[in-house]
Amino acid sequence: MSFIDKQARSLLLAEIVTGLATTFRYMFKTKATINYPYEKGPLSPRFRGEHVLRRYPNGEERCIACKLCEAACPALAITIESEPRDDGSRRTTRYDIDMTKCIYCGFCQEACPVDAIVQGPNFEFATETREELFFDKQKLLDNGDRWEQEIVQNLVADAPYR
Amino acid sequence: MPTLTVDGIEVTVEPGTTVLQACEEAGAEIPRFCYHERLSIAGNCRMCLVEMEKAPKLIASCAMPAGDGMVIHTNTQKVKEGREGAMEFLLINHPLDCPICDQGGECDLQDQSMAYGSGNSRYHEMKRAVAEKNMGPLIKTTMTRCIHCTRCVRFATEVAGVEDLGAINRGENMEIATYLEQALDSELSGNIIDLCPVGALTSKPYAFAARPWELSKTESIDALDAVGANIRVDSRGKEVMRILPRLHEDVNEEWLSDRSRFSYDGLKTQRLDTPYVRKDGKLQPASWSEAFEAIAAKLDGLDGAKIGAIAGDLVCTESMKALKDLMDLLGSPNIDCRQDGAALSAVRSGYLFNSTIAGIEAADALLIVGSNPRHEAALINARIRKRWKMGNFPIALVGEQRDLGYGHEYLGAGPATLADVASGKHSFAKTLKKAKRPMIIVGQGALSRSDGAAVLALAKKIADNFDLVSDDWNGFNVLHTAASRVGGLDLGLLPGEGGKSASDLLDGSLDVLFLLGADEIDTSKLGNSFVIYQGSHGDVGASVADVILPGAAYTEKDAIWVNTEGRPQLGRRAIFPPGDAREDWTILRALSEKLGKTLPYNTLAELRAAMIEAAPHFADIDVVTPAPWGDFGVEGATEDSAFVNPITDYYLTNPISRSSRIMAQCSAAFSKVKTEGTGTNG
Repeated sequence: MSFIDKQARSLLLAEIVTGLATTFRYMFKTKATINYPYEKGPLSPRFRGEHVLRRYPNGEERCIACKLCEAACPALAITIESEPRDDGSRRTTRYDIDMTKCIYCGFCQEACPVDAIVQGPNFEFATETREELFFDKQKLLDNGDRWEQEIVQNLVADAPYR
Repeated sequence: MPTLTVDGIEVTVEPGTTVLQACEEAGAEIPRFCYHERLSIAGNCRMCLVEMEKAPKLIASCAMPAGDGMVIHTNTQKVKEGREGAMEFLLINHPLDCPICDQGGECDLQDQSMAYGSGNSRYHEMKRAVAEKNMGPLIKTTMTRCIHCTRCVRFATEVAGVEDLGAINRGENMEIATYLEQALDSELSGNIIDLCPVGALTSKPYAFAARPWELSKTESIDALDAVGANIRVDSRGKEVMRILPRLHEDVNEEWLSDRSRFSYDGLKTQRLDTPYVRKDGKLQPASWSEAFEAIAAKLDGLDGAKIGAIAGDLVCTESMKALKDLMDLLGSPNIDCRQDGAALSAVRSGYLFNSTIAGIEAADALLIVGSNPRHEAALINARIRKRWKMGNFPIALVGEQRDLGYGHEYLGAGPATLADVASGKHSFAKTLKKAKRPMIIVGQGALSRSDGAAVLALAKKIADNFDLVSDDWNGFNVLHTAASRVGGLDLGLLPGEGGKSASDLLDGSLDVLFLLGADEIDTSKLGNSFVIYQGSHGDVGASVADVILPGAAYTEKDAIWVNTEGRPQLGRRAIFPPGDAREDWTILRALSEKLGKTLPYNTLAELRAAMIEAAPHFADIDVVTPAPWGDFGVEGATEDSAFVNPITDYYLTNPISRSSRIMAQCSAAFSKVKTEGTGTNG
């Protein structure tokens, strides 16, 4: 019985018909692919992307050099040096993140008492050289200025769950 | 002896102990802020509350003397609530700015609020703010964080002996302040930083520099004075970030003097990090082999008598032993470790602090000769003050009259007064005679004179005449100012047969002079002597040198240091020497090979074995080997001139502190030696 069934299927090209049917069905479905980079998929407000150092609305940098992110970092990617600024406040003189070491765990953001270091929504920061991935304080602050709006929206969206 | 029960464990304690101490003895941990073993009891933080049966309320265990039959509970619900309440009150006005506080990570309040606090706050009113106080260049204040434990006030009045600190106003307006808005004028002021259980008093030079968890901690020995205080060197990478005291009951208790604590920034500046050779009258950077070749060329075929060596104040015993052996191999008797010219001989009891530092507490009369212990050994001075506070301790001073921080009788300025005491004519002689354990402290101010040997003989005469030395007590003490001195004398760095002493070595009569870290010397008469300087800092010695060999500072080498008591202690390397600099004994070993007089040791262990052979007590680390009473000093005529203290500026005594910016600021702020302002000054 199974012999006849098998012969009949092969004579009637059953596999090809089922395959083409699937193809045909997908032609009318919504597309799974998007036209990256002109189109992008949705991101969670908790997405842990490229790091930024934020500022207060008056332009003052938030980071107070408490070094808790440095201590929390499991990959030892963060290096901080600090000293009193001219006005006596505690500030970093150096804030480096080695993005090649970073494992994007988000502990630094979790540890920060002033929401200064945040992992923003940006994941498109591929570089041509390794050196460009050694972020310094200026780079991180510039990132912060660039992404502030999105980060604030994300923080507001995530606030009820924190 | 009262016996009490703590959490079901019965303990018997000495009469006079507090309940807190009894609880500790029973193994129960009691949180505290104001209580400190070495200070008087204040009982104002209320953190040490425990429950005592039959008492209506919780008791403050630090202020309650242990009584017979007491039943104490330290872990009941009532105690827990009491501690939470006390903690809540302490945190009412505490700003909770831990992330920007330098105490963060090593803060008693932080730790104890985690362990004993309630976890949330019911306080919604405004917190108070307190103006910062100016406490000089060493201490940074953030008085808003103060919880009024008054440890600092008690330390200043009781241990340091300066009544500059106090609490003003009361209730919520209470503030700790220096009454006159001035810096704390004490050589021990840095200790209030350690004592402060919160971040109200922190170190100004260390401000915001590092977190405690980033630092590697190396237990070592201080080398900036002859006390041999036990220290912990906290370093990060190749930088010393701070220096803290370590507990050693017989030496420094748990204190550290300011110069030893804050000179560390001098380890980074003025460093010799590459060999130098003088070419055409100018010092030029060179390689090690060039430097060695220059020395070998000069020493080639030179008679030993034309070579000399002086060891300085910050030199470790290992390098002194290597230097001594090298000079022996070169056939030179001209070696001296007494760069200040002190008239000390090889008789060990004649140059040690024989009573030991802890022994001061057993003494019952004291004569200080030609010394200001407050500047020469601030921690020994604190010990003398501790003994003086116990009462019945007459202290007399011969030499420069100074405020020592305790009451003393001023006898006179020079050797004449000392002779009066020695012959029994002076009234203080009776006090010495009556005392059971009298002691005399002879400072370098009395010995580094042309008549030093005669003064030493006078001091010995006092020791003999008034029974300062008996079977179980030796009251004869020499107070050194240099960490290397006792070690050098132990290893025999004294002129040999026909050898010249330090002052003669500097008169230009030698062809080659080797300065091992010798900087406190008069270089004006060196003439054409070929000077080799080995050391860590570019100071006086390096400026006149023809060849400079860069060595390691005391934080950069494993070394044995012998303090003024004759106690060998082990210092450990915290960081590596900068650049091409090397550990000192290895330099001498390498040089000896180049000179064809190879020293017979290749490792530190072999060198130490050779040291132990020369001076057996080096084998007993941290043990004071008593020295038999001997014959020293040369009786003779003394001069009329007054004794002059060797230290004029406490903050600038050696190359390291002279290169330190912090010490320069201290010197400007505290030292009475004021330099005259120039036209552009201010």
